[in-house]
Amino acid sequence: MAITNVIFTGVGGQGVLLASDVLAEIALRHGLDVKKSEVHGMSQRGGSVISQVRFGEKIYAPLVSLNQADFIVAFEKLEAVRYLDYLKPNGVMIANDYEIIPATVEFGDVEYPKEILPVFMKKTNRIILENITKLAEGLGNPKVLNVIMLGILSNYLEIPEPVWRGAIKTRVPDKFLELNLKAFQAGREIRETAPGIVPQP
Amino acid sequence: MKVVLSGNEAVARGFYEAGGRFASAYPGTPSTEVLEAIAKFDEIIAQWAPNEKVAVEVAAGASLGGARALAVMKHVGLNVAADPLFSLSYMGVNGGFVIMTADDPGMHSSQNEQDNRWYAKAAKLPLLEPSDSQEARDFTIQAFEISESFDTPVLLRTTTRVSHSKSVVLTGERIDVPLKPYRKELTKNVLLPSTGRLRHPVVENRLKKLRAFSTVSGLNWVDWGDRKIGIITNGIAYQYAREVMPGASYLKLGMTYPLPEKLIKEFAEGVETLYVIEELDPFIEEQVRMLGIKVTGKEKVPGIGELNPDIVSAALLDRMLAEDDFQKSELKLPERSPVLCAGCSHRGVFWALKKLRVTVMGDIGCYTLGALPPLNAMDSCLNMGASVGMAEGMVKVNPEKFQKKLVGIIGDSTFIHSGITSLIDMVYNRGITTVIILDNRITAMTGHQENPASGITLQHEQTKPLDLTKLSEAIGIRRVRKIDPYNLKETTAVIREEMQSPEPSVIIADAPCVLYEKLKLGPVYYVDQEKCVACDLCYKIGCPALVPGPNGRKPVIDPLSCIGCDQCAQVCNLDAILPEDLTFDNLARRGRSG
Repeated sequence: MAITNVIFTGVGGQGVLLASDVLAEIALRHGLDVKKSEVHGMSQRGGSVISQVRFGEKIYAPLVSLNQADFIVAFEKLEAVRYLDYLKPNGVMIANDYEIIPATVEFGDVEYPKEILPVFMKKTNRIILENITKLAEGLGNPKVLNVIMLGILSNYLEIPEPVWRGAIKTRVPDKFLELNLKAFQAGREIRETAPGIVPQP
Repeated sequence: MKVVLSGNEAVARGFYEAGGRFASAYPGTPSTEVLEAIAKFDEIIAQWAPNEKVAVEVAAGASLGGARALAVMKHVGLNVAADPLFSLSYMGVNGGFVIMTADDPGMHSSQNEQDNRWYAKAAKLPLLEPSDSQEARDFTIQAFEISESFDTPVLLRTTTRVSHSKSVVLTGERIDVPLKPYRKELTKNVLLPSTGRLRHPVVENRLKKLRAFSTVSGLNWVDWGDRKIGIITNGIAYQYAREVMPGASYLKLGMTYPLPEKLIKEFAEGVETLYVIEELDPFIEEQVRMLGIKVTGKEKVPGIGELNPDIVSAALLDRMLAEDDFQKSELKLPERSPVLCAGCSHRGVFWALKKLRVTVMGDIGCYTLGALPPLNAMDSCLNMGASVGMAEGMVKVNPEKFQKKLVGIIGDSTFIHSGITSLIDMVYNRGITTVIILDNRITAMTGHQENPASGITLQHEQTKPLDLTKLSEAIGIRRVRKIDPYNLKETTAVIREEMQSPEPSVIIADAPCVLYEKLKLGPVYYVDQEKCVACDLCYKIGCPALVPGPNGRKPVIDPLSCIGCDQCAQVCNLDAILPEDLTFDNLARRGRSG
């Protein structure tokens, strides 16, 4: 089996690290070698967060090289663009169509980028760009954003669904399990946005 | 059992399996999680120390008392602990003693990127460097065996990528290592000139034995591949090299001091071109060159910053990072740097300092973020505890300019770490400076570790909290004042007053960490878009809950982030920022007219 490279990105507090932990656990349960890398510390204070997961028969580097990510799973739009360099040409971009305005925008001269889809399309046509935060809120808790993102990703990986659900079970307190499994299913139902068509809010 | 563990968790696991009994640490990224993971094992006594020197000394006592002991710190922490480190090398151990240093190439969360491998050479100690979590577990266990066999403390060095990466670890069972009997040994454990002279030859002799052991230890091994290229490498650099050049020949070093000279010579003879791939300084490379071996190293591999597979690939394949490696979009993206949290109590103090145009000697913690825009209220940040001494020195040499216009600012944990002695210096030497202690009773930046001021231990047990007011008074500070940093008027007035005072003073800004306590201080606030004239004043406190809204620069408040701290409302001259629930007595508490 070839090596799969996944980059999770977002803003501190969005649940990025937990999602990548669950994927690493899933890879292990599926009998694969897995490595995952992230940096703790300052990111807790609303900074940009990136976590990288690599799995396959044998993994050496815990870091993904430029142009080598099969998937970018972005919990926030600006962060999706920030790490676009890592995406394989025509890799899959799974992006939450949701903005968290960084403090630097308030007093700097750099604006939050407006048109994101055309930027993605320079690199790939395989794009999911939807407001997943809204979907999560609709399910009753914005925190399930990360499990929905995993649900979307699961459609692309040849790892059986029960392995995903099993790993989620070990990571989620019992009282939130049903909600999280619902969120995972909601993610599985999301399909790629047709190239060139801006999804409706 | 196979589990996915971070390097830090794996060190903790290894310590547990090695029969470890005592661990001490001061929190510091990227090392913090080691002790937190150890705290989960009931068999081990684990405790936060007020600083790294104390951590090493308490663990040294545990080792002398017969237990396998571990002290953990980040790279700069070992500078603080260097005094006991060097002498412990002479004293040796009773129970095995391992000191872990977690270095931070790339400075993800540090003020410098020093390479702590030099400490092994300088203090004549064996040095082990794992390259993934499995090795982190295995090497920790082996480090204790080396420590006891050779009567030496062992340095275990990780880097951020090893500490914070996760990979698969095959774990084992804990072995029972009984306490070693204690023997009083004057010539070994009481280091005096006369006994130190006896110990130094022992240390040199130990180093010789360790050098021979390095070749046969199993920690260093050769994997012959293509003989055209031979790569000597260690730590995370090994993983990057193996990733980009899987077929080359490798001498993988797990024990990087003393080096396995015999093995290095054999390897060098067996390959056509020899590389050393290591992160930061040419620590291995210089020693290989000393053996008279020709090698390519730092002329190709950067000595600044973290390596990664792309950089190693460029070095090995002798090419520059190609332009097409970087398909950066033409979009200029706004940075998303860390900021003081919405509702953070430090904000009010920095806002006041900026307003008073004060020169601020800063220190290390979340509050160092007060140096960044829009607050820009810090002039220096050197190392843990430096603010107090630097403030004293700066006023001493130019009182006309700085007395009454300068403060030192320091967090509770940093003050306890190494600010106390500087405050003693200030009183003793009749300095006149104001020190502000930002007392949130937790070590927040590294992820909320308990400290002596918390009155809570690592295991969340109650203990006697350190009283910073009484401590300051005992040192000889007569003017100690507590302020509510959420009250901007009071905060500004007290800082102004204390700076005018003809004697040294301490201001304690007394408020818990809102992130740790998940506090809601009041109702969510909103900006009255009619009253707001987009004067930008409120933006100047730099709260992430205040963001530009639909009306251009007129801000709106993100209701999910706002915790009702009222600071932005106090800054607004037009009373355009209001709580959604007007009945809340926040306004009265803050001394505003409402």
